Amino acid sequence: MGWQTRECDVLVIGAGGAGLRAAVEASAAGARVTVLSKSLLGKAHTVMAEGGMAASMGHVDDRDNWKVHVTDTLRGGQYLNNWRMAELHAQQAPDRVRELEAWGALFDRTPDGRILQRNFGGHRYPRLAHVGDRTGLEMIRTLQDHGIHQGIDFLMETTVVRLLKDGDRVAGAFAYDRERGRFHVVKAKAIVMATGGIGRAFKVTSNSWEYTGDGHTLALMAGAELVDMEFVQFHPTGMVWPPSVKGILVTEGVRGEGGILKNSEGRRFMFDDIPPLYVDQTADTPEEGWRYVTGDKEARRPPELLTRDHVARKIVKEVKEGRGSPHGGAFLDIAWIKENIKDSETHIKKKLPSMYHQFKELAGVDITKEPMEVGPTTHYVMGGIKVDADTQMSKVPGLFACGECCGGLHGANRLGGNSLSDLLVFGKIAGEAAATYAGQHGEVTIDEGQIGEVETMTLAPMERSGGENPYAIQHELQDVMQDLVGIARVESEMAEALEKIAKLRHRADCVSAPGNREYNPGWHTALDLDHLLMISESVARSALGRRESRGAHSRIDHMDKDEQLGTVNTITRLSGDGSLSTEHVPVMGKTAELESLVKEMG
Amino acid sequence: MPATFRIWRGDDGNCAYEDYRVDVDDGMVVLDVVHKIQAEQAPDLACRWNCKAGKCGSCSAEINGKPKLMCMTRVGDLDLSQPVTIEPMQAFPHIRDLVTDVSWNYRVKEKIKPFKPRQPDAPDGTWRMAQSDVERPQEFRKCIECFLCQDVCHVLRDHHKHDEFIGPRFLVYTAALEMHPLDTEDRVADLKNRDGVGYCNITKCCTKVCPEHITITDNAIIPLKERVVDEFYDPLTRLFRIFKPRKK
Repeated sequence: MGWQTRECDVLVIGAGGAGLRAAVEASAAGARVTVLSKSLLGKAHTVMAEGGMAASMGHVDDRDNWKVHVTDTLRGGQYLNNWRMAELHAQQAPDRVRELEAWGALFDRTPDGRILQRNFGGHRYPRLAHVGDRTGLEMIRTLQDHGIHQGIDFLMETTVVRLLKDGDRVAGAFAYDRERGRFHVVKAKAIVMATGGIGRAFKVTSNSWEYTGDGHTLALMAGAELVDMEFVQFHPTGMVWPPSVKGILVTEGVRGEGGILKNSEGRRFMFDDIPPLYVDQTADTPEEGWRYVTGDKEARRPPELLTRDHVARKIVKEVKEGRGSPHGGAFLDIAWIKENIKDSETHIKKKLPSMYHQFKELAGVDITKEPMEVGPTTHYVMGGIKVDADTQMSKVPGLFACGECCGGLHGANRLGGNSLSDLLVFGKIAGEAAATYAGQHGEVTIDEGQIGEVETMTLAPMERSGGENPYAIQHELQDVMQDLVGIARVESEMAEALEKIAKLRHRADCVSAPGNREYNPGWHTALDLDHLLMISESVARSALGRRESRGAHSRIDHMDKDEQLGTVNTITRLSGDGSLSTEHVPVMGKTAELESLVKEMG
Repeated sequence: MPATFRIWRGDDGNCAYEDYRVDVDDGMVVLDVVHKIQAEQAPDLACRWNCKAGKCGSCSAEINGKPKLMCMTRVGDLDLSQPVTIEPMQAFPHIRDLVTDVSWNYRVKEKIKPFKPRQPDAPDGTWRMAQSDVERPQEFRKCIECFLCQDVCHVLRDHHKHDEFIGPRFLVYTAALEMHPLDTEDRVADLKNRDGVGYCNITKCCTKVCPEHITITDNAIIPLKERVVDEFYDPLTRLFRIFKPRKK
């Protein structure tokens, strides 16, 4: 029993792109840095990012610049973004990408030897720096291989159970390691949350087991606020067959390279309905769309490259109206480009190598010859810990956040490619600000009683016998969220979901996990339930309160946008008795300059 | 359809195979089976996994004796008339059930000299590289660090030369650095003296098990061996060295 203690200036929780970038920056600023990661180093969900990172370097189209990027981001987010974050992101992304190159990343090249950029949904110009379709792997490996030489203290396969406090300030974290089930207390003057998303709350998801919303709820419990939790991105193209791979991501890069969506009648249905905000930017004919993806600057983008929320809804509509593919999706066809490209087979394998292998090995489909079957999958949460844009600090002194667990940048819908650059830009800002904070504030003390309480709570599932199986509760919750708080929402169903979540919370208090402390996944799942249940409730409550359809949030009972709701964000708070409440507050970070920029750019 | 999975369970040397009867569907992968067993029969069955899409390299194991990613091995491709064995990797210390201690790999990587770029090519601090020059190291950078190549390599697996040989994964890593168009560091002496590149006798087992289809032996290891030979064993170079001191 008991715990091991270690101390640092800045504790980073999470070792994906954001966490690693924050750790590198804090360390470069002279702070002693500890990183806790739930998995092994280099395995975080960032590896799954395929398409690329958005940065307006203008290598392929020199009309691009940060001003176009920020307006694209705001339009994509339906203007609910934290405008200041969108501005910082657009301004700093190019430098963050170049920095990766200086640390060894090898992006695909333009003919004149610069970093190549590709088209992606919602981006006006080719903007995504990429390496085939494995950009996330390139990014995490670069940060990892750079980071291991910076004197950072890494604790792998270690999961945080609670943040610890010293008065109002955060003071550290209580964690267990998977390998031996030992407990660790890490004392820290500042903490950066970089824990990623919440996808495991849903049944069909592209996210790994780690994505249980830990960072969101740990911050809530420490007194921070969440913003925009109703906005969960359903990526339009996940695999739908075979059942066991349902939800695995099919990169938007397929459409960026010319892939088209068809229904069972062979109709390219995306041409049928173009949202008013994008009419001027969308191709009129398939021929113009093809010219766009092959680099014709005069052409406008094909409707397959509209924002993710829109494409996902259109696929669902086709399926609901009986025009879906055999396994309940739509057809995504890249093989058709053989009509236009000689040796298209080699071209596809080169541009989309991991997609080729994924379909070949998991579904027995050769994408160079046949269409893929795709459908929406839970992919990303726009909502997250509410922070100050310029420092990434939450309401809690010393508690910072960056990456997916942080809210604000993406508003109601994230553009593809804006996530990887988000990790870099705000990882750096958070790391820097956390190091500064740690330098300006004295030592923390942690009361042993506080630690003892967390220890008892952590061991409870293993000491209880005869309780329910934690996996059963996890699966039930995933069904509830998928069916009742999914891609098309309605008041009565969300109310039902909240009731069910409340019941599951009671049952989760009585689960038991047999076995011992060493690498015991049943125990770990039992501990994750706390986070999953709280974050699910936050999503459902926020969604219930937004009586309109906007971005990723679609309400069957309120199909239209509501002008007043278009000016507010939803805040989630946790009160002392454990209950969650929501409130609408005005959108953050708007300035006159940005507003006139948005008008000017159209 | 019903099938039997024979899984290596236990820890601290107290291990045995345990049989699980599972109903499997076409299209399931072995990792799905393990998850099903966890959810229904053995909640404490330890296995490491993350992405379930062949991109993170966490769920490495030996399936019917062959090193594979559990998430990329379809049940339909296995002979289900016999029990399917699932065992942990053999080249690393065992922790529990299907989980091994792969930390040695992380320690090895730290010892390899990091990337050191040349001065930027352009005044704005950026570089120019041709696509054709980045393609070879890009192949090596596809590596997902599943360590299956380390697991199958007889130098590590059978001869336990972990102290003298860095294994295929880190030869690929070194090759990616050495063939990086911008890198200026020299790792050839380390390859010969510390990393044990000479231990590899080109049986190509690593190439065969690589889930990313990296041509490990031909494209990475053999060129590194050639560099070592050129620098240390080429008679002409040795002659030159008498007259000209080595760089650095």
